[in-house]
Amino acid sequence: MGKHVVVIGGGVAGLEVAGQLSKVGIQVSLIEKDSKTGGNLNKWYKLFPDRRKSSEVKEYLNGITANDGINLMTNTSIEMFNRHRDHFSIITSGGRELIADAIIVATGFDLFKSARKEEYGYGIYDNVITSADLEEMFSRGEISLINNTIPEKIGIIHCVGSRDEKVGNFYCSKLCCVTAVKQAIEIREFLPESKVFCFYMDMRMGGVFYEELYREAQEQWGVSFIRGKVSEVSETIDNQLLIKVEDTLAGRPLKMKFDLLVLMAGMEMSEGGRKIAGIGGLRTGENRFFAANDNHFGSNISNIEGVFYAGTCTAPMNITETISHARAAVIEVIDYLKDSN
Amino acid sequence: MDKFGFTISEGRQIDYESNDRRIAEYIFDREPSFRLCIECGGCSATCTTGNFTDFSLRELNILIKRGENEQVREKLKKCMLCGKCNLVCPRGVNTRNIVVLAKKAFQKSDEYAI
Amino acid sequence: MILAGKKAVWKDYQKEIAEDKYYYVRSCVRQNFFPGSETAFLKIMREELDKDVYENPCHTSCTGICYHSDIVPVETTMTVVARQFALMTEAGYENLMPSCITSFGLYTEILDTWHHFPEIEEKVRRQLKKATGREFKKPKNLAHASDVIFKFRKEIGAKAKYKLINKETGKPLKVVDHIGCHYAKMFPSKGVGGAEYPYVLTGMIEEWGGQIIDYPERRHCCGFGFRQYLVQANRGFSVACSKEKFESMRPFKPDMIITNCPGCPMFLDRWQYVINEMEGKRYGQNGEGIPVFTYEEVAGLVLGYDPWELGLQMHQTDCEPVLNKIGIDYSPEDKYNLDISPSYSKKHNLINV
Repeated sequence: MGKHVVVIGGGVAGLEVAGQLSKVGIQVSLIEKDSKTGGNLNKWYKLFPDRRKSSEVKEYLNGITANDGINLMTNTSIEMFNRHRDHFSIITSGGRELIADAIIVATGFDLFKSARKEEYGYGIYDNVITSADLEEMFSRGEISLINNTIPEKIGIIHCVGSRDEKVGNFYCSKLCCVTAVKQAIEIREFLPESKVFCFYMDMRMGGVFYEELYREAQEQWGVSFIRGKVSEVSETIDNQLLIKVEDTLAGRPLKMKFDLLVLMAGMEMSEGGRKIAGIGGLRTGENRFFAANDNHFGSNISNIEGVFYAGTCTAPMNITETISHARAAVIEVIDYLKDSN
Repeated sequence: MDKFGFTISEGRQIDYESNDRRIAEYIFDREPSFRLCIECGGCSATCTTGNFTDFSLRELNILIKRGENEQVREKLKKCMLCGKCNLVCPRGVNTRNIVVLAKKAFQKSDEYAI
Repeated sequence: MILAGKKAVWKDYQKEIAEDKYYYVRSCVRQNFFPGSETAFLKIMREELDKDVYENPCHTSCTGICYHSDIVPVETTMTVVARQFALMTEAGYENLMPSCITSFGLYTEILDTWHHFPEIEEKVRRQLKKATGREFKKPKNLAHASDVIFKFRKEIGAKAKYKLINKETGKPLKVVDHIGCHYAKMFPSKGVGGAEYPYVLTGMIEEWGGQIIDYPERRHCCGFGFRQYLVQANRGFSVACSKEKFESMRPFKPDMIITNCPGCPMFLDRWQYVINEMEGKRYGQNGEGIPVFTYEEVAGLVLGYDPWELGLQMHQTDCEPVLNKIGIDYSPEDKYNLDISPSYSKKHNLINV
């Protein structure tokens, strides 16, 4: 009785964890570094595969976290935490000490910083944007170029910061392919006169209804998919973007001009997560995400007793998987608190 | 050229903007399943012609879509229209009709006539 | 184009460049291609910037040209390079400053290889000792000669007699830069500004009044590529590379090209003539070619050196359009009348070993 759990991170996983823990009567302190909760969900307008508005998911999360059992601390981060015999002492950036029986780390992911792929010219060429920038355009209800004209030909580049040894990310972020397909459809919806081309290395359509969405993009929206990793982007004199890619299925190099290029930024361990790993001595994997104790039946369990993981701080996940993973973390915590009584 | 003992090499890049893709558009309009190809190569693997010549329907699809018409015109002649490719296609592309439509598009003797 | 984004990239690619006391190693081919460049460089370093630059006539080819043509195996090349280091060590210098981009790339590659595989370095040391009795220290600082000019671009700018500005219009000259493949593509962190948005020549041009144009094929090879050119049958490929660049830069109407490498100015210059002979095409304005310069020649022009002393008559694509645009005072009739007698050379400090 009277158990207290600190949840670090107020994104999808953190909110789900906090909501479910408070449901069973556990006191929760939810710590969020930003001024509001929601994390990366706030950047997205609509979600794959059914293109529901992200605000609906936020409404659900706000609903389950709106109760007295949750102490939400925004604009707060963790400076230090120590494990004592049967509890944790946590010092916040505000200098407050929290005493907790368990900790759930839900620090999520950061989008890959696309400027690191210098050859794509993000931050240098005016009309190179990221998937997140495009979502913002969707939210505003307009897709336009820097000179306020409407793009006619749009290229989408997959695997920006994923499966790329040069930026230190061997892994597949696994959600960018379906994001590309979703955004390609949305662009065609917004701009019926436009032509959209996706440049991919492999189409990784492993999720529920992903392949169906891919097929819809081809069949109903006429989106073209060209297999090849774009290796260079440059700007022409009339401000178009010229790309160099191999059309690997034709076996020949291809050059093509675009009005707008959208980079499918991958997912990386968040900066906040890296900091927590450092101060808490939490083990991380080769991919820099938190390393779970067991890949099959311990994906919420860390190397420190009483510290658990929820969501994309352990690996790229979609929202469905994140919520499932968060619920699993709740079960692990309840189990732990029962035993530690 | 005699003067230098060599000539300036032609590029082998596909120049998407300068290619003529009217044949692809013609096929898209009449056989929408043409868009559904995922380049798996099933058609080419089972193709009688492909087993004895360099004909590949998978490659042909790409070349049509890119507007590499010189190559398409030559390669197209090799298909015997047996339809085995139709049987194996996992995406339900009407592969045989693509060849028929492409042949129609090329049938006049003019440059890439439709 | 967002300049702030480029500046952020440039910030990531700063390198250490020695302040003084350089051991200068010449290029094999430059003295034949554009003989004024290295002479002008030494004059700028010693007389304008008052630096200690040492040369040793026993220095040989680094064999880079053969290494990149599959003629000399890498271990042999390493031992030859070890000998160059030994000559530097014996002379009491620590800052190596090659004139050639391929040498610079090769030295960088060898030092990096030794860093990762110290047993190879040991083997090379043994080989060198056995063959020549020499020992060496690795350079403390390795900077290409253009890095050094880049470092002192402001000092050169302060002494400039001319600016890279069109005197008729008052507008900056539009300049294409070409840094050469071996400068930064192999080791982007060793080149000022990196490989995608190189800054080494851009920095000079901006400092001296010109404006760099960033055109789509900026990063493409000039066409030299060693084995592309050395076999006659492959030369069509070589000239096609240059042509691709010219076609790509033409819409930007460049006034001139500045280069970093011994080979690039040669090919960008000579192939313009060849393309014109073969296809009747020229890429400059008013039916002219686009003049091509080495960075030393540009520095020399800015400092007011005589174009013919700089050896600009050795360029096949005429340099006069640029001289006229800048308003450089030169004598057209002396272009091919340079007195190359020893007394002239001595007076003008042309031979400076």
